[in-house]
Amino acid sequence: MSTVPVRLNVNGVKHTLEVEPRLLLVHALRDKLALTGTHVGCDTSNCGACTVHLNGEAVKSCTMLAVQADGEEVTTIEGLGTEDDLHPVQEAFWNNHGLQCGYCTPGMIMAGAALLAENPDPSETEVRHALEGNLCRCTGYHNIVKSILDAAGRSSSEVSA
Amino acid sequence: MIPAEFHYTAPESLEDAIQALVDGGEDAKLLAGGHSLIPLMKLRLAAPSLLVDLRKVPGLHGIERQDGAFRVGALTPHRKLEFSPELGIVAKVAAVIADPQVRHRGTIGGSLAHGDSASDLPAAMLITEAEVTLQGPDGQRSVTAADLFLDYMTTAVGEQEVLTEIRLPALDGWGSSYHKFNRRSEDWAMVAACAVVKANGSTCEDVRIGLTNMAAVPLRATAAEDALRGQELSPENIAKAAELAAEGTDPPSDLNASTEYKKHLARVMARRAIADSLAA
Repeated sequence: MSTVPVRLNVNGVKHTLEVEPRLLLVHALRDKLALTGTHVGCDTSNCGACTVHLNGEAVKSCTMLAVQADGEEVTTIEGLGTEDDLHPVQEAFWNNHGLQCGYCTPGMIMAGAALLAENPDPSETEVRHALEGNLCRCTGYHNIVKSILDAAGRSSSEVSA
Repeated sequence: MIPAEFHYTAPESLEDAIQALVDGGEDAKLLAGGHSLIPLMKLRLAAPSLLVDLRKVPGLHGIERQDGAFRVGALTPHRKLEFSPELGIVAKVAAVIADPQVRHRGTIGGSLAHGDSASDLPAAMLITEAEVTLQGPDGQRSVTAADLFLDYMTTAVGEQEVLTEIRLPALDGWGSSYHKFNRRSEDWAMVAACAVVKANGSTCEDVRIGLTNMAAVPLRATAAEDALRGQELSPENIAKAAELAAEGTDPPSDLNASTEYKKHLARVMARRAIADSLAA
């Protein structure tokens, strides 16, 4: 089967890949660009572990072909912050114990960061709605919501159990 | 899960997209946001030989009011509909499709052409009495929402046609509401009801009620509509009308709900949707 060229700007770095059209964006990121922070969870567009930003919007990279991102800007968890300068949502997950096993965490952080970019002062209800496409099988939602509210500068005491 | 191999093209004009469909034969498929098609391809329930990606075709995006109607480009994502309150019931329905990530990519045209009666937009198209524009090798035609949905995931969109735009009559002065019943917020509806109500004082001048996942196609709850039209919009009359919401339906039982339970849900969702339409 023939390949097609795909130009991707990933975390500010331009790449040109030759890919089969059927290559999913998540596999292009993980297998071609070695950006393994983006996880494959359910692989059926439910769990959101594969969430990345496409031109700033949260999308599920297991349900996109790499060719659909041709010419677009992709941000993965690796591009959100650096070890020395974490993104506020990453910092807040650290401070609030926003993860247990960690598998869903990249997707949760990308979904949370996309929410705050759009709505910098969300209510708890808005945070929970923004996470409808992200599943945590440790069921650690309480601290995840708390982390995102903390990143938004809201006191965690406002979070109900 | 990886889709079966296929050829891919991303034409830059509508004419070229239609030509690619004609040349590609019966196994060619159009790709919009891909949020119905790609999951099916990953499960190998669909294996098109050619994908014709519409993303570079100009003129298929956006929402524009023209006289008494909105023209909505087929590639307009659900997220855009959700934040367009002027669309009334369509904005409310779009806001509860799956989850934010899916709403960023999924499109109105893709969803309607896919024709899943468990998806949210088809019933809203029925009650807004929308029309879609289809462009094919032999020209352009319009199809009303009532004639669009033929059977389970089967629509009037021809194999060589592109659904380019949706015409939504502006229901100025109508209230609207959508009630969807599911176990997890990102799931498809077990059953959902959408309603638009035109009140004249406390009288129901007109009402339209749509049902999701009660048959292979979206339905209008005409018996309930007829029972309420011209009546006082009292809680009793709304409840009485909503009792007729499942009349004439025979929804297939599935993993989530039996036939009887779906009929029960249709009555409850219809009652809530009508009642909440009065407040909004």
